[in-house]
Amino acid sequence: MTQEHPILAVEDLTVSFDGFKAVDGLNFYVMPDELRVVIGPNGAGKTTLLDMICGKTRPTEGSIRFDDKEVTKMSEHAIVRAGVGRKFQTPSIYENLSVFENLEISYPSGRTVFSSLMFRRTSQVTERIEEVAEMIGLTDRLNDEAGLLSHGQKQWLEIGMLLIQDPKLLMLDEPVAGMSVKEREETAELLNKVCKDRSVVVIEHDMEFVKRIAHKVTVLHQGKLLAEGSMDMVQNDERVIEVYLGH
Amino acid sequence: MNTFYERWLGGKQGALGIAVLIALIFIIMPLWLDVFRLNLVGKYLTYAFAAVSLVMVWGYGGVLSLGQGVFFGLGGYCMAMFLKLEASDLASTAHQTTPGIPDFMDWNQITALPTFWEPFHSLTFTLIAVLIVPAIFAYIIGAAMFKRRVSGVYFSIMTQAVAAILTILIVGQQGYTGGINGITDLKTLHGWNINTDSAKYTLYFINGALLIGVIMICRYVLSSKLGRLLLAMRDKEDRVRFSGYDVSNFKIFTFALSAIISAIGGAMFTLQVGFMSPSFVGIVPSIQMVIFAAVGGRMSLVGAVFGSLLVNYGKTAFSESFPALWLFFMGGLFIAVVMFFPNGLAGIYEMYGIKWQNRLFAKFRRGSSPPPATTPEVEGQRG
Repeated sequence: MTQEHPILAVEDLTVSFDGFKAVDGLNFYVMPDELRVVIGPNGAGKTTLLDMICGKTRPTEGSIRFDDKEVTKMSEHAIVRAGVGRKFQTPSIYENLSVFENLEISYPSGRTVFSSLMFRRTSQVTERIEEVAEMIGLTDRLNDEAGLLSHGQKQWLEIGMLLIQDPKLLMLDEPVAGMSVKEREETAELLNKVCKDRSVVVIEHDMEFVKRIAHKVTVLHQGKLLAEGSMDMVQNDERVIEVYLGH
Repeated sequence: MNTFYERWLGGKQGALGIAVLIALIFIIMPLWLDVFRLNLVGKYLTYAFAAVSLVMVWGYGGVLSLGQGVFFGLGGYCMAMFLKLEASDLASTAHQTTPGIPDFMDWNQITALPTFWEPFHSLTFTLIAVLIVPAIFAYIIGAAMFKRRVSGVYFSIMTQAVAAILTILIVGQQGYTGGINGITDLKTLHGWNINTDSAKYTLYFINGALLIGVIMICRYVLSSKLGRLLLAMRDKEDRVRFSGYDVSNFKIFTFALSAIISAIGGAMFTLQVGFMSPSFVGIVPSIQMVIFAAVGGRMSLVGAVFGSLLVNYGKTAFSESFPALWLFFMGGLFIAVVMFFPNGLAGIYEMYGIKWQNRLFAKFRRGSSPPPATTPEVEGQRG
């Protein structure tokens, strides 16, 4: 296998909020088709890292290159169009619209004012929505209002809303928080399936879940990289046990 | 045809609403009212444009504009400038120091027509300006605010400030704008006397047709993907942004569209009422327009028309008997609507009207078909 070029290269990334450095000189690389899990105690800077990659927060210093494009100066929607999908910590869906409409809004066409006025629900769109609905197990809920879904289904719907855009990099912030054991298993299966042709970065606290999905684990602590490697390696790292995993 | 029905009329309920409106504006009102009262209704219907525009920008767009009077005024002033130039021909202004310019300019020692008035000699230019000037103005305000993510109450305050500024500007620049009196003594539109009874009828019908047209265009916009995006943005703006949309552009579009709609109302106001003045531009008229939309229901295009008619009828009727109390009554009405009927008349209709309507339809169906002999219970349930 040849040396692959990282799809996401974060270098010397620092952001400070009134002098407090939430992320401090971080280097972080993600390879194509890799599923990376980021763990760490509260306040380690995990969510802030995702915020900076997707443009929600602007870094104080350092660079973020995605697909060889510097994204730190790009607007949020341009980063999305370049191929970065981001799921928020709390399920962020449009409660008053149907599941179908939620997916349709996320469908990557008709994204400007005038093309959205002209947008038509073609068979191509419908087929793609049905395809994604099947992946996330919501085929028979397509016409229901999204607000009526269970918490776990809402999380899946949001993942589906990202998948329909076919992003090259998918970032998920605590996707299984609040899910039942069975739902967690199904989510793990889903993620193992979707990372076949794209890179995925997941923030998660549930170690059982992390074990099931992670190719490689990154541990953050106080905005800095504490450890990086396979799950086994990280779990046996003295410092990681001390600050995060505990006894 | 099917897409026309679904998208321009808004399906069964939407088509019914438009049908009721057409019947009211084109049949009931003209048959029932004399030309003076009809002209008054025509004036109320010009406010309905502003109320409809607020349904778009406030109800669906989620940003409350307290400056719709600005756009109403811009449209109205553009039209008034054309009419004033036509009324200021050399023959009728021969007694002035400078003949051929509007009288108020002459009173203010202005000796030549200001450059920005020149193009308003052309009716084509004027009609385009009625639409384009407010749109550009709204685009500039919208871009300045929405690109910086100013929203909510700050946006409302800014639009209110713009309304105040424009009023002060118009009043202050008396020689160019007619000042506090506005632009008055308008006579003809391309040689057609707008003050005759027949002209008043014609303008009333044009106004009604334009209003129905505007409502249908709004229906089309709301039934497009853009309409669903507006709903999505009100719910989870960040999710829309991080789905690859430039949220600000959609808000700017909605704001500019609402400006154009208000401006059409303003232009029709000038034509039907025969003058335009700063008292239709400032903060108070802008807030009154919000009340029309709120009373009608801020999510209902047809409701906004009824809201405008009802509140203005109330204003005329009430202020004839209790002129001092009217403003208090209007304020009280606004508070009552917001507290008890957040969806306005349209909300009340949805709660009771649709049920009543279904019962009525069921009765019709029962009346026209032979009475069922065996299953009265089933029929009862359907009712």
